[in-house]
Amino acid sequence: MSEHVSTYEPKTGFTRWLDTRLPIVRFGADLMSFPTPRNLNYWYTFGGILAFCLGVQIVTGIILAMHYDASGTGAFLSVERGIMRDVNYGWLIRGLHANGASMFFLAVYLHILRGMYYGSYKAPREVLWLLGCVIYVLMMATAFMGYVLPWGQMSFWGAKVITSLFGAFPIIGGPLTQLLWGGFSVDSPTLNRFFSLHYLLPFVIAAVVALHVWALHVPGNNNPTGVNVKSKTDTLPFHPYYTIKDLFAILVFVILFAVIVFYIPDAFEKVDNNIEANPLVTPAHIVPEWYLLPFYAILRAIPDKLTGVLGLAGALGVLFALPWLDTNKVRSMRYRPAARIFFFVWIFFSLVLGWCGSQEPQGTVIPGLPVGPTIIDYGPNSVTWLSRIATLYYFAYFLVITPILSRTEKTLPVPDSLYTPVLSHGVAMPVGAAAAPETKG
Amino acid sequence: MHRFSLAAAAIAAMFAMAGASLPGAALAETTQAPLKDVHWAFDYPLGMYDQAQLQRGYKVYHEVCSACHSMGMVAFRNLADKGGPFFNASYPNSNDNPVVKALAKDAQYDAIDSETGAPIKRPGTTADYFPSPFPNTTAARAANNGALPPDMSLLAAAREGGAHYIYSIVTGDGTTPPPGLTVPDGKYYDPYIPGDLSSFWTGDPKKVPLGGFIAMPPPLIDDRVTFDDGTKATLNQEAWDVAAFLKWASDPKMDERKQLGVEVLIFLLIFTGLLYASYRTIWRNVGH
Repeated sequence: MSEHVSTYEPKTGFTRWLDTRLPIVRFGADLMSFPTPRNLNYWYTFGGILAFCLGVQIVTGIILAMHYDASGTGAFLSVERGIMRDVNYGWLIRGLHANGASMFFLAVYLHILRGMYYGSYKAPREVLWLLGCVIYVLMMATAFMGYVLPWGQMSFWGAKVITSLFGAFPIIGGPLTQLLWGGFSVDSPTLNRFFSLHYLLPFVIAAVVALHVWALHVPGNNNPTGVNVKSKTDTLPFHPYYTIKDLFAILVFVILFAVIVFYIPDAFEKVDNNIEANPLVTPAHIVPEWYLLPFYAILRAIPDKLTGVLGLAGALGVLFALPWLDTNKVRSMRYRPAARIFFFVWIFFSLVLGWCGSQEPQGTVIPGLPVGPTIIDYGPNSVTWLSRIATLYYFAYFLVITPILSRTEKTLPVPDSLYTPVLSHGVAMPVGAAAAPETKG
Repeated sequence: MHRFSLAAAAIAAMFAMAGASLPGAALAETTQAPLKDVHWAFDYPLGMYDQAQLQRGYKVYHEVCSACHSMGMVAFRNLADKGGPFFNASYPNSNDNPVVKALAKDAQYDAIDSETGAPIKRPGTTADYFPSPFPNTTAARAANNGALPPDMSLLAAAREGGAHYIYSIVTGDGTTPPPGLTVPDGKYYDPYIPGDLSSFWTGDPKKVPLGGFIAMPPPLIDDRVTFDDGTKATLNQEAWDVAAFLKWASDPKMDERKQLGVEVLIFLLIFTGLLYASYRTIWRNVGH
């Protein structure tokens, strides 16, 4: 869509003057009139939903920072007494911010899955995809540091577990961990630097989002068929067609958000985090937030600590590599029946990994059955072995299945255009066109 | 509708993970009897606190619990906040509420004489947070056989099961131990405390009693307090009321939150309906 011709005409003297100096109104107008494939479904509304989430996190976060005390002795009190009890509507602002993180990740996961399903990472959108991956990694770092700030037991011990991972690296591990901690253990200096970075990173995310949106507007949107835009009739102006559709989707999302914030605000909170951080008492069961659980499971599935850390990083790394692992020219999995099945199995195993991450490593998977003889530290019926199987599939999907399938799969016929006018439906179905592919997606 | 069921499945998975990750859910060794089946109005999505019950619960807390447990995040004025035990609509500023003023005055706080700088005691004000029974945690441990009575401000939020857990613990404390269980000195058997009793059990190793030991002596008995509203102060009644009060202490904005939630959701549903109608209007006759 780089050839999108600007249709903006300044109407007043001032806008004509401004347009030749800083064409910012033209910029906005061009974004609004941007030709967008007319067949985008609701899965494509998550971009707008995510922009909304980022906005909510930044606005609520700035207000929370006004009342927060980033010190080991004051943090818990400033959150649990100050914000939750004494600040006007502090409970609401914190409820939005803490649950907003979960909503943000729910939306980003669906957004990523949508991109994977419809092949949105393929040429010419690789940079768009890479920027998205960068945003995702930044989100995880930001969310992790944010979780430390209330300085409850799970905040403290979560920070301890995750920062200790850096100690696995040879030579640099020790100094790196000391640098992260600002000392020799997780303490007030750690909390201070996490607060500083937690405030900084969202603005870095916002900047990468701007690049992400820019990279989107060069090739234009992909669409559920994966077929390129070929003519003007394939597209609609972004406004009002997609502004209203996105807005409606955002509101549906906000309803779910509101139900959580007002009626189950502690749904994602571990009860231990309502106990102030205590370096002398280890909680019975340290678990990260739900959105980090699959990676935590991969980390624990691998017996060697350094390999585990590399496995965790690799689980993200393969996402970055996806555009070059999948070389099939057919973008949408609507026309890739085999790839689709392996993809859904991958989603299933990612959820299995999430469940494994929430369990004790030695826990049994099938209740009532013995764990069995120990093979590499754990029995076959243990959570750890289930994580190992799921981890194996997770990586095999990217590194083996996808490259082979992209070369060997017999794909279904792809429609000639992304949009077939309603009139031709059932009247004169073009020979070779997939029968009603849109009902399968 | 396939796509919506997928989205619903994703949301369900998110909750399942959050639920599955509750601490203690997968502990192999630790056991706990199922919490007692009691109910409060606030268990339900639109249920509010019962003010009379909160007043009774405060009395139990004040006369029994507060002898050992601090509640440092709650100020006297909070008792008169909307949704609190002594809220009175005639006093929109909770600091003016006479009940709370009188309660605060009974407490003593450390202060400094403004003339001489000498340490003195002053009566409490509505702005003061509840006084601690011990000057520091070391003193608290020393007075309680080495165990630290936890601060009660967030107790109901910091324990799996919340008010149900507190009710079960308090009524289960001091349960006669089954024969074969050796209870250490200064400890009490409580089936509702998560614990591992296998090393104290001499009976069938497959039938280790559920629960654990608690350092708190059974705190409540029948008629431990006298309720001002004439309610018969049975052990269960006292436990039920104090559990409700502790739930309030850990979540004092619940009433406000649930009320606002109804208003927000009504607004959102209407707004969403309007947006959907606009969406349908704009996309009418537009093929996609």
